[in-house]
Amino acid sequence: MKEREPLFSTKNLNLLRDPLNDSNPITVQVLGICSALAVTVKLKPSVVLAISVVAVMAVSNVVISLLRKSIPPRIRIIVQLTVIATMVILVDEILQAFAYDVSKQLSVFVGLIITNCIIMGRLEAFAMANKPWPAFLDGIGNAAGYGVILIIVAFFRELLGSGTIWDYPLFEKLGIFSIGYVNNGLMILPPMALITVGIIIWVQRARNKKLIEDK
Amino acid sequence: MENLVNIFIKSIFIDNMIFAYFLGMCSYLAVSKTVKTSTGLGLAVIFVLGFTVPVDYLIENYILKAGALTWLSPTLADVDLSFLSFIMFIAVIASMVQLVEMVVEKFAPSLYNSLGIFLPLIAVNCAILGGSLFMQEREYTSIAEATSFGLGSGVGWFLAIVGIAAIREKIRYSNVPAPLRGLGITFIITGLMGIAFMSFMGIKL
Repeated sequence: MKEREPLFSTKNLNLLRDPLNDSNPITVQVLGICSALAVTVKLKPSVVLAISVVAVMAVSNVVISLLRKSIPPRIRIIVQLTVIATMVILVDEILQAFAYDVSKQLSVFVGLIITNCIIMGRLEAFAMANKPWPAFLDGIGNAAGYGVILIIVAFFRELLGSGTIWDYPLFEKLGIFSIGYVNNGLMILPPMALITVGIIIWVQRARNKKLIEDK
Repeated sequence: MENLVNIFIKSIFIDNMIFAYFLGMCSYLAVSKTVKTSTGLGLAVIFVLGFTVPVDYLIENYILKAGALTWLSPTLADVDLSFLSFIMFIAVIASMVQLVEMVVEKFAPSLYNSLGIFLPLIAVNCAILGGSLFMQEREYTSIAEATSFGLGSGVGWFLAIVGIAAIREKIRYSNVPAPLRGLGITFIITGLMGIAFMSFMGIKL
């Protein structure tokens, strides 16, 4: 987009803001759904994954943006994958060292950040053509947009599926079970993640008419 | 032999890449507009998965795993390179996709033209890397098991994408609420297909 301007100009702030709504990576750009849905049974792993993606994305966006003039176009995919893979290895080792149980729950999905299309997509579409600072903001913004959806989905699935929030037994404490409420087991199962995202898209597009697709 | 068939069937229906793990969703959603292109992409995915999983299995067991290098010299028994597995796997996948692309271009130019951009995109299809990572996590005991798992996952992915493409071709004539049109309804249909596929979960193999 623009270069040579103050650090937090409107343009730069828009880089942060747009991915949260108008160009959300999951509901509008359709990127990064692969790893998004399987971890959203509980809030905790989702938040951890969201933070990991923010870290990987911000750093690899900056690195690629710094290298953008010296990467030969023919091998750029390999270069990008190597940068991302290095970052993901770092994140994975850190998680295994400091949050072992969460890392076990996430299982292969930390590794799958590498092939998370949202990272490749932003590197290709933005970092290859922009300076490091806008690239950094773009990385943070898109990863945050991804994380927000992840957390919304996880919130509803954990609340309705297990009756807990962040492992805190909310419904039990409120005494809802005693009046005959039962957890909806279907919410824990994978297909409901897709339907939840479908409903989020529905709500978002109903409020934001310009996102509606043509027939 | 029976064991191999079990793994094959299990990875197609019960552990389906799309419906149970959401792997390869991006290209699944982006490419599933017509049955024809979906079939081509699905076949390419079966092919790449069938090759990369066994190759990664060999790499994992003869190079990366703790003590895997003992076939070189017994002094290497305590070398553990498993932290390198992401980079090794993705490199294998990227080069394998490149190879497949060259072979297809040489021997089946018409297929190559119809696949177009989707062939190189397989390199970043999560289903492929996911296949290798699941292979690593589930600790298959022989290369035959790894191969049958890879092929099975590919076939499962193929079935899923062809199924959704067929439904999407038909749903164009239906009156979907405007905000749900396109992406939203595709998500919901995939969810419903996932629920249908869950009926296979009760099968004990």
